[in-house]
Amino acid sequence: MRPLTEAETRAVFEKLGKYIGENIQLLVDRPDGTYCFRLHRDRVYYLSEKLLKLAASVPRDSLVSPGTCFGKFTKSQKFRLSVTALDFLAPYAKYKVWVKPGSEQSFLYGNHVLKSGLGRITENTAQYQGVVVYSMADVPLGFGVAAKSTQECRKVDPLAIVVFHQADVGEYVRNEDTLT
Amino acid sequence: MAAVRVEAVLAAAEEQEAEKRRSITVEKELELEFDLGNLLALDRNPPSAAPLRGAGPRREALLRALARDNTQLLVNRLWELPAERAGGAGGPLVARLPEPAFRLPREKPPPRPRPPTRWEQFARLKGIRRRKKTSLVWDEQAKEWRRRWGYRRAGGDPARAWLAEVPAGADPEEDQFARLRREKRERVARNELNRLRNLARAHRDGSAVPAAPLHPTGHQDREELRRVARVARVSTASLGRFQPRLPKEPAEPPSRSGGKKRRFEPLLGNLAAERSRQLELLRDIGSKKPVLDITRAVNKQLRQEEAEAAAAHKGKKQSQRGKRGRRQQRPGRSGKKSGARRQQQQKSAGG
Repeated sequence: MRPLTEAETRAVFEKLGKYIGENIQLLVDRPDGTYCFRLHRDRVYYLSEKLLKLAASVPRDSLVSPGTCFGKFTKSQKFRLSVTALDFLAPYAKYKVWVKPGSEQSFLYGNHVLKSGLGRITENTAQYQGVVVYSMADVPLGFGVAAKSTQECRKVDPLAIVVFHQADVGEYVRNEDTLT
Repeated sequence: MAAVRVEAVLAAAEEQEAEKRRSITVEKELELEFDLGNLLALDRNPPSAAPLRGAGPRREALLRALARDNTQLLVNRLWELPAERAGGAGGPLVARLPEPAFRLPREKPPPRPRPPTRWEQFARLKGIRRRKKTSLVWDEQAKEWRRRWGYRRAGGDPARAWLAEVPAGADPEEDQFARLRREKRERVARNELNRLRNLARAHRDGSAVPAAPLHPTGHQDREELRRVARVARVSTASLGRFQPRLPKEPAEPPSRSGGKKRRFEPLLGNLAAERSRQLELLRDIGSKKPVLDITRAVNKQLRQEEAEAAAAHKGKKQSQRGKRGRRQQRPGRSGKKSGARRQQQQKSAGG
């Protein structure tokens, strides 16, 4: 386990910023305690100082997961956000997409969201903007990337993809073995 | 008494002031030669011989006056050059110097030529001259021009040679393929040894040959090339700090420890400092985003176009009532058949 280098921190913040914008400050600078990011085996974890001190005394080979895993660095040093970060993205999300009950299951199985399944979408969503996907009952289901801007969403035909799937809570069941 | 002293003091002060504001014009018999690019002024006037002979204060005074006059002339010329203000309106006035005309001598002696290698000596002795080889060779089997060596060479792929004849006086039990491989290895090794020997000889005789060759030979491995590339990058005046990276070079510069262990921040270091650093980084990232949001502008434009289109369409509709309007609308609407088909597709995609 080690702290992130400058370049790695920049990559993580840029990725997070695509979903929550300048609200990352609320993650970095919290009133209820000191939280930090640490890298363990190419995965980025978000944990409190208390937990960090506890985890520091665990040998590296035995340590599975300190804190919450936000994502991992791939072999080519790109940062990939994982579904376990959803709890921290959902309250601070800037652009949201609500999905109709009929196509919730489709999204949870890993498919993209089609126009026919789109319930609501935040105004002024740009194309390729990071969005958090909710059900109509405001339960966060996952996150993705908007394939079309809000304006284009209105004009496009019902079978067009409006949100590219990136992660959903169904992965907790599907990828049980690989999630940390 | 006091008045006389005061007058004397005033006179001395006036004299000092006059000395300071001496005239900037200098009289010389021969004009000086100037090379303003090198800030050089050549004075060919023969100095007066008498004061220079003996060492003493007169000599010093004369030399100082000479230096002062020549410098004054040089500065006069500099003031005549075209000048501009560096760094905007309030910056300092900077003169634009012309190209230097005077060639300055070398700082270090020129490099000695490399001593000839053993082969070069032999070739000179025998009178053997280099014959330029063509890059392509006609391959009779493949009936086309192939390169002399390398990928798809003339004479077939040596790795696929399936026949190795046993030469006349050789042991029939010997493995010919192994022999060929061994001989090739020996040839390569001998070639490499000779190359290094030549290099060592050149280095010993003191010519300017680098111990590790900086040009790519065919026999360097990846690590050596990487080392050589690093040396090349660092051999600039700023020690490689502003050198642009090659297309496939890694972005992060290697550490100052020269490729040994990476050093990270301590795990439980100063968390407050870490937090402040991260906040600064966030501010930096935030400030880099462009102020003009292109997508918003595009969306605004789209909305405008939509509104205009809707207004135009409404106007058209009202004028086109009747059979014509109805006939145009029908192909656009979804019929019963296509709608059912679409619903089926959706269900299969969702399930």
